Amino acid sequence: MEVNKKLYENYVKEITPVHSKGVNMLWAFLVGGLICALGQLVINTLIAYGMDRDSAMAWNQLFLIGLSILLTGLNIFPKITKFAGAGTLVPITGFANSVVAPMLEFKVEGQVFGIGVKAFTISGPVILYGILSTWILGILAYVLGLWNLGW
Amino acid sequence: MRKGRASLEFENPPVIESSAAVVGKKEGEGPLGQAFDMVEEDPMFGKKTWEEAESAMQEKACRLALEKGGLKPEEIRYLFAGDLLGQLIATSFGVADLEIPLFGLYGACSTIGEALTLGAMTVAAGYGERVLTVASSHFATAEKQFRFPLAYGNQRPYSATWTVTGSGAFVLADREAVKEKRRQEKSLQRKSGPGSPGLAVITGVTAGKIADIGAKDSMNMGAAMAPAAYSTISRNFMDFQVDENHYDKIISGDLGEVGRTVLLDFMAAGGYDLSKVHMDCGIEIYDSSSQDTHAGGSGCGCSAVTLSAAILNRIRSGEWKRVLFVPTGALLSTVSFNEGQSIPGIAHGVVIEHRRAEESQEE
Repeated sequence: MEVNKKLYENYVKEITPVHSKGVNMLWAFLVGGLICALGQLVINTLIAYGMDRDSAMAWNQLFLIGLSILLTGLNIFPKITKFAGAGTLVPITGFANSVVAPMLEFKVEGQVFGIGVKAFTISGPVILYGILSTWILGILAYVLGLWNLGW
Repeated sequence: MRKGRASLEFENPPVIESSAAVVGKKEGEGPLGQAFDMVEEDPMFGKKTWEEAESAMQEKACRLALEKGGLKPEEIRYLFAGDLLGQLIATSFGVADLEIPLFGLYGACSTIGEALTLGAMTVAAGYGERVLTVASSHFATAEKQFRFPLAYGNQRPYSATWTVTGSGAFVLADREAVKEKRRQEKSLQRKSGPGSPGLAVITGVTAGKIADIGAKDSMNMGAAMAPAAYSTISRNFMDFQVDENHYDKIISGDLGEVGRTVLLDFMAAGGYDLSKVHMDCGIEIYDSSSQDTHAGGSGCGCSAVTLSAAILNRIRSGEWKRVLFVPTGALLSTVSFNEGQSIPGIAHGVVIEHRRAEESQEE
């Protein structure tokens, strides 16, 4: 067919309806903010009951991860993400969901080839490149530190 | 008889003797809900895995189609069947117990078009009195293979389609064989409902070629498939030397809203106005505003169950005299997609016509 690929791409883009960016951002802001506020509430409460700050932050992470896993298992998480988007995906809740969802899906293929192999199909790249970028930043910090430019 | 470059016209058109459509809960809640033969509330179909569920659904559709035609598996010469999964596992495990010689087909969502085409050719050529064709898709197996785990949170774009959980099966038979059966049973009146004694026959086919326009968005399959539908429909017009007025309906498989727009625009550029005769199974099967399906339904099951539940009855009754049924397929593979390749499309055209039953009941 004699149709220019670029022209077709532009034409399709033109006729395809898209989500409203403003509405998406508003929901992401509200839900993401709510998750952060919930985390802060947990931390403050734990500190109020006498826990030290570092431990309180670690327990809070466990709490949010656990909550996200629970909501994933109950199939509530995807329903929230549908409108909240990055609001649920960017915090640690999104990471937990991306590990547990494939585990649930592939558990019928076995403990090793199902859960074991597929657990990190979505989060794998995040882990790999997350570690790579901290490694690069670490070197950068070290080099800058040598010249007393560290932060 | 060969027509043009890619089409055939059958002098002895095979009859679509019986058909069945089995669907999931969501499809049952859609606009065509009442018309399906069976709506299964349990998405697992009583099985342990999604894949087994799809197999069970496919077998159910085959057995129902046979039952409605008063037929046994032994009376079927060949089976043409397919699904969306790698190595056609839904089909191999689904139809095994029927013990009918099998041709496994892959045409993505166009599979039922490919199966009907090959089945009609087989019957018309006299290589089988009766053949069975079936195709299936399941929302969960398709999501698992092509996209994300079900419990993974993400936002579907508006151009995305919803894979239909459904399977449609069709028995194609030689006209003589149908007459013989009717003589034996005289019960067809009851089966096809009072006042609709007509037949649906396949009078011609137009095989599609790969149409690849470079579409790369796997969440916008309509745009990937529309050029294939355009190619096959124009080829059909050229081969049979007809235009859009020749048909009461031109029915595409699962283009959805975006694909429909592309098809109508392309056809208009070619000088054909399809806006009045076009219908898309993907748009018909769900109510996009209340069922949150976005652009429409898709999958092998989409066109197959719609043909069985909402198209054949109107052809049999004579409401539509001649229909061009064009299931469309996006030949998406996660491997070639990740390697940067585009998504090729394909569509097969099947001409289905109304015939009065009296002709065959005489003699």
